Amino acid sequence: MAWIGASPPHGGDAKQRGREEEPGARALAGIRICDLSGQLAGAGATRLLAALGAQVIRIEDPVRQGRWDLLRGLEPFVDERRGIDFGAGFNNHNVEKLGVTLNLRSPRGRELFAALVEISDAVTENFAAGVLARLGFSYDELKAVRSDIVYVSNSGFGYRGPYREFKSWGPIVQAVCGLTFSSGLAGREPAGWGYSYMDHQGANFMAVAILAALIHRERTGEGQWVDMSCTDAGATLCGPALLDYTANGRALRREGMPDSNRSQSPQMAPHNVYPARGNDAWLAIACRDESDWRAFVDVVGEFWTRRACFGDLAGRLARQDELDALVAGYTRRFDKFELAARLRDAGLPASAVQTPAERIEDDPGTQAFCLWPTVRHTKMGRVRVDGLPFHLSETDWQIERGAPCLGEHNDYVFGELLGLGRDEIIELRESGVL
Amino acid sequence: MTGPPQGPVPPEGAPGPLSGLRVIELASEWTAYAGKLLADLGAEVMLVEPPEGAPMRSYGPFYGDRPDGESSLWWWHYQTSKVGVTLDLDDEQDASLFRRLVEDADLVLEGESPGRLAAIELDHSDCRQLDSRLIWVSVTPFGRDNPRSSEPTTDLTLLAGAGPVWSCGYDDHSLPPVRGGGNQAIHSGGLHAVTATLAAVLRQRATGRGQHVDVSVHAALNVTTEEATFRWLVAGQTVQRQTGRHASPQPTMPTMAPDALGRFVNTGAPPRSPAEFSAVLEWFDDLGLRDEFPETFLLELGVERGGIDLADLADDAEVQAIYGAGREALIRIASRLDGYDYFVDGQRRGLATSVIYAPEELLSDPHFVARDFPTEVYDELLGKSVTHAGAPIAFGASPWRISRRAPRLGEHNAQILDALRGDDSESGHD
Repeated sequence: MAWIGASPPHGGDAKQRGREEEPGARALAGIRICDLSGQLAGAGATRLLAALGAQVIRIEDPVRQGRWDLLRGLEPFVDERRGIDFGAGFNNHNVEKLGVTLNLRSPRGRELFAALVEISDAVTENFAAGVLARLGFSYDELKAVRSDIVYVSNSGFGYRGPYREFKSWGPIVQAVCGLTFSSGLAGREPAGWGYSYMDHQGANFMAVAILAALIHRERTGEGQWVDMSCTDAGATLCGPALLDYTANGRALRREGMPDSNRSQSPQMAPHNVYPARGNDAWLAIACRDESDWRAFVDVVGEFWTRRACFGDLAGRLARQDELDALVAGYTRRFDKFELAARLRDAGLPASAVQTPAERIEDDPGTQAFCLWPTVRHTKMGRVRVDGLPFHLSETDWQIERGAPCLGEHNDYVFGELLGLGRDEIIELRESGVL
Repeated sequence: MTGPPQGPVPPEGAPGPLSGLRVIELASEWTAYAGKLLADLGAEVMLVEPPEGAPMRSYGPFYGDRPDGESSLWWWHYQTSKVGVTLDLDDEQDASLFRRLVEDADLVLEGESPGRLAAIELDHSDCRQLDSRLIWVSVTPFGRDNPRSSEPTTDLTLLAGAGPVWSCGYDDHSLPPVRGGGNQAIHSGGLHAVTATLAAVLRQRATGRGQHVDVSVHAALNVTTEEATFRWLVAGQTVQRQTGRHASPQPTMPTMAPDALGRFVNTGAPPRSPAEFSAVLEWFDDLGLRDEFPETFLLELGVERGGIDLADLADDAEVQAIYGAGREALIRIASRLDGYDYFVDGQRRGLATSVIYAPEELLSDPHFVARDFPTEVYDELLGKSVTHAGAPIAFGASPWRISRRAPRLGEHNAQILDALRGDDSESGHD
């Protein structure tokens, strides 16, 4: 009654998926993903689901030794060993997955793939648009194998529109979707993103796509094709800037913009990244309001902070260049951690610009969160990797197993799950199907 | 050969994939984006604000530059598809109404300062005690139970401390490193919150049990920095920021270059396969550049030797020279063309080229137009529609959809709270 558009309450019965409550079970226990995705934009999605307990079976091409995923053999490496089982980026993005080889260009390989689809809840891929269809597994064909299959494709521009056959990777997605432009200092070329931000976020959106489609299936029994254009997903991350244009006619490409170390919305000053003592050492300071400014004045205590022209936000905004130069003149005399802590103790947001070493090794924000688990990789040994940035109180994620070596789980998947005999598996391997 | 199959076009009017999921969101900066995603995917999200309105209502830019509580474009963007009520949680009667709302909900989404809800006995432990099915999602800067949980933060200070700022900026390190624009701390925390939430929902549907989901924005940003993290974790390498391209332990070649109009483009991935080297050579011919480029022979070598393998880039001087010539060739071509033509012409030749759009420029791009990305949201009080960003994900059967504009302050109080109060008086509660 309290709800608008009230719909029938859904059941909370344990019977729906025939899963049993086991102690220590993870949230997605019982869900199986037939996964053709790779790089970070795809592999990063199924990595999340695997850590949450889904059985993710990663399928790779034996002919190309899985090299479609460049990261398999790319640096960095944990030691002097090289090769397709030693790329540490690949390990990071594929923890907790099973790995099999399967030649989808061979008729027997396609049969086995169909058999895997039949026992899977979802098929996931991030090939260029059309690759899987050319191998005989368009959505219609997948659906013929299993009527309620969830099929999630993820490419730079998706399966619809004039660019659907365009090539892409993270930096291209970021450039076309507005994010590259949105990052930079006034009067300069874009600074862009120093990493494939949209590979991460594309992967996160893809994980949401898979899970939402599984929830829809849970309620209706219906599978579907979910298609992602990573570029569209990226454009949604520029929401307020788009509205400023459509509602107010104000473009982000204008004099003095973007100036992304400053804060135009909400307006704040001082708000910037300032130099600290030492080589390439910086800290960020944000005065959100007058109370923060008064705290800042108390901490800094220099004459200029009491100038009347800086006494309110409008004045500080109007003289922001001058103000930032004065703040920088002060901050550069101090250690970034020490000064940031002093400012925070006074109540205003401040943080050192942390190096990887600092935020990974010495930061309780990550350490106490248990953000850097160690996996055991069959060949590399013990390796630290990214964890997940949340904890579930009853069914938390778990990351213990490293990425699969090429074909590492062929015996389990084709033997145990599909019931092939040992001799048959050997024969398939020798004939190049596996 | 025919092209790829056409992607799914969602049926109009069909319910979204999260239809039937009932969410109470305590309005905050940290939950707004997660709540929007859930709501646009079909969940019924009820936004609870304090009577004076949520702070985000005061974030500019404002429609018509009018800084009143109903014109914030942040609010318009991040609160779509939600209904809104106001409750003063410090007031006992309102707190009891809140509990009643929670009783009917599948999940609560909140980003309150750690300790705030416990102090008024409305925390997850209080509410989950009454309902073991309830899922409670907290999205906070450092998580609920971290030594840093009570630190003051903003988008800037979070991105500075968590890695993104270290990796972004310019080759010139006398310039400060740069925060990427667009509220990405909110997005990184929010997207991970939705993933965790949906996993908890699947679990709840299977077992009948809810749980507490504790999301850290700082952690989310830390694991969203690609090789900056794993290079340190496995090899003790520290990446260094570079202009418009991946931060790297060793300097790499520039990838951005000005087009004929002086606007920068990302020249894209240099050629690697023989076909890509041939494509660059043909493009040179079409623009009359083959003879004026000193390293044309290296591109020809790229064809002759059957392409190059990036795995050889670190150790093979010839591969380095060929790869570098490919990059230089793209920069040369970009300087002769309008950025859009560079992007589309290059892609039609099979090269991974791109243009750098300001957000507003993508709205009229043929790709976004063909996919109906610009989404009209009608506002009856304005008497017109406003164009919003469209679907991040194209669902074939259960579409993403903005079902309504952001709620005005207390817009659904009468409809929702008065009904609850009515129930109370009839059944003699309170």
